[in-house]
Amino acid sequence: MSKKLIELKNISKSFGNTMVLDELNLYIRENEFVTLLGPSGCGKTTILRIIGGFETPDVGSVFFDGKDITKLPPNRRQLNTVFQKYALFTHMTIAENIAFGLRIRKKDNEYIREKIKYALDLVNLPGYEDRMPDSLSGGQQQRIAIARAIVNEPKVLLLDEPLGALDLKLRQEMQYELIRLKNELGITFIYVTHDQEEALTMSDTIVVMNQGYIQQIGTPESIYNEPTNAFVADFIGESNIIDGIMLEDRLVSIGGKSFECVDTGFEKNEPVDVVIRPEDVELGPVEGGQTTGVVTSIIFKGVHYEIQIESAIGITFMAQTTLNFPAGSHVGISVIPDNFQIMHKPQSEDEEILNIEDYPQGQPL
Amino acid sequence: MIAKWLGKVYIGIVMVFLYAPIAVLIALSFNASKSRVLWTGFTFRWYRTLFGSSAIMKAFGTTLALALLSAATASLIGLFAALGIYSMRKSGRRVMLFFTNIPLLNADIVTGIALMLWFVRFLPLGFSSILLAHVTFNIPYVILCILPKLETMDIRQFEAARDLGATTLYAFLRIMLPGLMPGILAGFFMAVTMSMDDFVITYFTKGPGVNTLSTLIYGEIRKGIKPEMYALSSVLFLLVLIILIAVNILTGSKEDKYITKNKEIG
Repeated sequence: MSKKLIELKNISKSFGNTMVLDELNLYIRENEFVTLLGPSGCGKTTILRIIGGFETPDVGSVFFDGKDITKLPPNRRQLNTVFQKYALFTHMTIAENIAFGLRIRKKDNEYIREKIKYALDLVNLPGYEDRMPDSLSGGQQQRIAIARAIVNEPKVLLLDEPLGALDLKLRQEMQYELIRLKNELGITFIYVTHDQEEALTMSDTIVVMNQGYIQQIGTPESIYNEPTNAFVADFIGESNIIDGIMLEDRLVSIGGKSFECVDTGFEKNEPVDVVIRPEDVELGPVEGGQTTGVVTSIIFKGVHYEIQIESAIGITFMAQTTLNFPAGSHVGISVIPDNFQIMHKPQSEDEEILNIEDYPQGQPL
Repeated sequence: MIAKWLGKVYIGIVMVFLYAPIAVLIALSFNASKSRVLWTGFTFRWYRTLFGSSAIMKAFGTTLALALLSAATASLIGLFAALGIYSMRKSGRRVMLFFTNIPLLNADIVTGIALMLWFVRFLPLGFSSILLAHVTFNIPYVILCILPKLETMDIRQFEAARDLGATTLYAFLRIMLPGLMPGILAGFFMAVTMSMDDFVITYFTKGPGVNTLSTLIYGEIRKGIKPEMYALSSVLFLLVLIILIAVNILTGSKEDKYITKNKEIG
């Protein structure tokens, strides 16, 4: 297991009267691809700016490689940032842009020339030295921004929604590019996004955030398959979040009907949130189902159909399936025990925001 | 069709009223007779006496020195002021802009008398007091030229430079300053023309013995209008025109380039 490279301890930060981060703790390991994921305003960009040195936390400390860097200005930190809107220097050529950091470090011309060539090859834009940033497309500008950052050989690359301004196709291409770059360079990536698909595709570890608190930390698989609360379940992909009552271990009642599940450790008759992913709702002939329902709508989504079913137990399910069930048809609904995710109900609105202490960091690597 | 035609006539009339007096002035500066109504022939005589007069040439030198010095000083002070105002919060910025606008809107005669009263207490009236007065009324013009440039500037570029290892000063000089340069130049030339234009404030703060072109013309005219003054006014007009064109080219060209480039990308 690699060592902790960056550690945020007890970080709080407010802007005016708005509390953005509240006693946040987080560590990032060497060579990890960590994604901070959350809706806008959840504090993910503020974390990145605190690590980059553009904001100072009101309380708490930032450690880099064991040293306290909380007060260190950005130019003296061994990390580089790829900004959301690229922030290329528009009055300089691509070569001058890439050379900017190297010139400050007083590298000789030969070294700089080689580095520029290496970086442009790495981001698949060889020969672009003398172009101006304005003459490049968004995707190309993004690659230059990455090249400009990595020639300085940072230990950590911070990426602030770098693909946000690109169209879907380009975004997917750049996701593969980023994974490739990460593997070739062997450095730590800290990536900020609100796009759950991006997070699931690229990350080793995902940190899901909401309203300044960390909701869950884990691998993409664990976050998707075992969300710790309704917020995470809802934010990562689509879900059916249903009220239920836990009758006993491995038995949950939904709409008065009992279903087998695999979860244990709940109190008898405890009200719970039940999460079922739409692709786990199995539809078939009426006879075979655990319960039945009527299809109220069906939408073709390309890979699958998205189907709404009004069930006999009074709950509307959303299902994703490759089979076509026309609206109005009667279907049987089944879910295997493994695919029920049972979660404690929050006692109040406030508790919906969970504190990090409740969820110790188990970052499997 | 008629509307279009009427529009053209209207524009024509406006242009005539705006520029005919200046055209007449320029024409008269080449008129061989001293008469203001008779054209007796073309001559450079008034220009020769103009450039031959030591008083006029001295006043011309004073005007130029004042304009350049006051504009340069005001540009520097205005740049720092604009940076300060830009980094203020909204409420503070509003207050500062309000105070910035006062000297712009204030009647020249009030500013002139106020400055004179202030100066006589501390320093002899002369070149330095005019210079101070010109710097004072030029600063707001510079601020108003630089602020919009700052506001449209991508502050992330500055942060990116810091991120790549630049100190605050180096990042400012390499990244911010080139972007602000059109605004600073526009402010500088605006200040030059304002300084060259000014009569009232200069008149009150100048003290005896020092003359700029505008105060000299005023003094001469009281003794009767000489054709040399037409020539001098024409030269002044030409100078300001050249500066205005220069400003337009300096501040306009960059944006045009930017727009066409963006179009290319589509």
